[in-house]
Amino acid sequence: MADVLLSVRDLVVEFPTRRGTLTAINKVSFDIHAGEVLGVVGESGAGKSLTGAAIIGLLEPPGRIAGGEIRLKGERIDNLPPEGLRKIRGRRIGMVFQDPLTSLNPLYTIAQQLTETILTHMPVSKAEARQRAIALLDRVGIPAAARRIDDYPHHFSGGMRQRVVIALALAAEPELVIADEPTTALDVSVQAQIIDLIKEICSERGAAVMLITHDMGVIAETADRVAVLYAGRLAEIGPVHDVITRAEHPYTRGLMGSIPTLTQESDRLVQIPGAMPRLTSIPKGCAFNPRCGDAFGRCYTERPDPIDRPGGRQVACWLYKKEMSHV
Amino acid sequence: MIAFILRRLVQSVLVMLVVSLVSFTMFRYVGDPIAAIVGQETTIADREALREQLGLNDPVLVQFLDFIGRAVQGDFGISYRLQQPVMELILSRLPATLELALVSGVVAFVAGVALGVYTALNRRGVVSATIMSTSLIGVSLPTFLIGVLLIWMFAVELQWLPSFGRGETVTVGGWTTGFLTDSGRASLVLPVITLGLYQMTLIMRLVRAEMLEVLRTDYIKFARARGLSNRAVNFGHALKNTLVPVITIAGLQLGSIIAFAIITETVFQWPGVGALFINSVQFVDVPVMAAYLLLISFIFVVINLIVDLLYYVVDPRLRIDRASARH
Repeated sequence: MADVLLSVRDLVVEFPTRRGTLTAINKVSFDIHAGEVLGVVGESGAGKSLTGAAIIGLLEPPGRIAGGEIRLKGERIDNLPPEGLRKIRGRRIGMVFQDPLTSLNPLYTIAQQLTETILTHMPVSKAEARQRAIALLDRVGIPAAARRIDDYPHHFSGGMRQRVVIALALAAEPELVIADEPTTALDVSVQAQIIDLIKEICSERGAAVMLITHDMGVIAETADRVAVLYAGRLAEIGPVHDVITRAEHPYTRGLMGSIPTLTQESDRLVQIPGAMPRLTSIPKGCAFNPRCGDAFGRCYTERPDPIDRPGGRQVACWLYKKEMSHV
Repeated sequence: MIAFILRRLVQSVLVMLVVSLVSFTMFRYVGDPIAAIVGQETTIADREALREQLGLNDPVLVQFLDFIGRAVQGDFGISYRLQQPVMELILSRLPATLELALVSGVVAFVAGVALGVYTALNRRGVVSATIMSTSLIGVSLPTFLIGVLLIWMFAVELQWLPSFGRGETVTVGGWTTGFLTDSGRASLVLPVITLGLYQMTLIMRLVRAEMLEVLRTDYIKFARARGLSNRAVNFGHALKNTLVPVITIAGLQLGSIIAFAIITETVFQWPGVGALFINSVQFVDVPVMAAYLLLISFIFVVINLIVDLLYYVVDPRLRIDRASARH
């Protein structure tokens, strides 16, 4: 397997509030290898976006990293001073946000926003930066890039703006791109194009992608591996095909079961009973225990850590440690 | 663009017509000007003769048209009280008011924006909290009280600055200015603070609120995620967006600074149009009052026009017709 590019170990993100500290991400660990696409799925509030924000150092205060380590090529980046972190943002880790309509500054032309980013990170002249910017726009599929570069964001459609956003995220050739629900705000017809573009352009530059989404279809088509988050904890991680076809964690199984298929002859969609717990009331033991059909004694008392499984998978579920602990 | 300006100009003319109707009506019905002009012992016959001479017996419409016709030529009649042409009176006092208003407008805008940005960026700081609570005083203390307090402190107790008048003035091409002499500049300080304090706190609070709003937007987050420097993000991307709504308010505030200079001018015996107006009110000197009303509304209309044009310059989204014509 390729080198580990980003390694997240026991990441804890907390929000101090008046009614006590909320732990939004609780000991999440995973690796992203150079050039791979890691899908991150989970329900709203599972901590997907927060994980991305924590990696790039843009947690909204009062949110903060309260524990664990984040390493980029072995070098710790979670405890860097703001200036050091700023130099990594955009240059080594790029980010694509959800809503292209609001991601671009309405008062600046595309050229201004692109060249500004390039000049911040690269030792090039203004003219070179502009040339690069045009080439980038051309690459992300903006027709007549040389002419349209001086337009303002409102001159572009949503899909086109997301292409511009991708160009901006890739402007300084980062090694990792965090795409936080990059297609959620887009028209269904352009979603696939944008996903393809991200995948294509990143693989061509050797950049790894952390693709945050709740669309399992996108994950299935795009990702190499997938991480499933539940209530701020990692439920399961593994190669995308294995996880989708042979899910091990009861939550993942429920998640996969609830995807409707065209061949299914059923009136009702399968659903997981109950709802994800609020951060203030995460149950003791496994966070999934109130909704889990397979829960037993230990699930209510002790939190399961990810357990290594064959095929490079990990599952945080006592079902897979039962044999050892109960003999 | 030209059509836009023309449309605005037509609207401005309409506004001016309505205001002149109001000011003309005031001319006709507020008090009896004859009673104000002549002494008690004047005979009724003499009064009637004067009434006829001043054209006060003509039909209302004729008087109104006459009024507008003369107003357009800058002729607002003769002041009842001072027996001088109104236009001459106002012009001789306008420089004093404009200098005072302009200086306090600039001071209020610059200081207001600077403090607003500072308090927005250092939201949790002690200094910001102090500035914010002090600003409440600026908003709630009445102007005349601030003026009197300043006079008491700096003119009476400390004797640093003069308490009234403009000091020595120099006449440059018909414009009397206090900028060129030491005593003129010293005389400006207290009135400028008095007049500008409220506007400054208003602008500061507005800038702060807008800036906090802008700092939460996606494009600011995205600008940070691209690794742009704090300076570029805060003073480029954020401030520019903050200033769009601030421009409107600041423009209107400049208008009200000129209009409400009345109180400050009274407190400091500043020889401006405001003081002239107050004296005219006491003597029911209707021509001066009417001319003042027209002058102030004219200033407001002009400022509004400039603000609209500035909008156009700052916000590219308003230039949409030009852009769509291009594509």
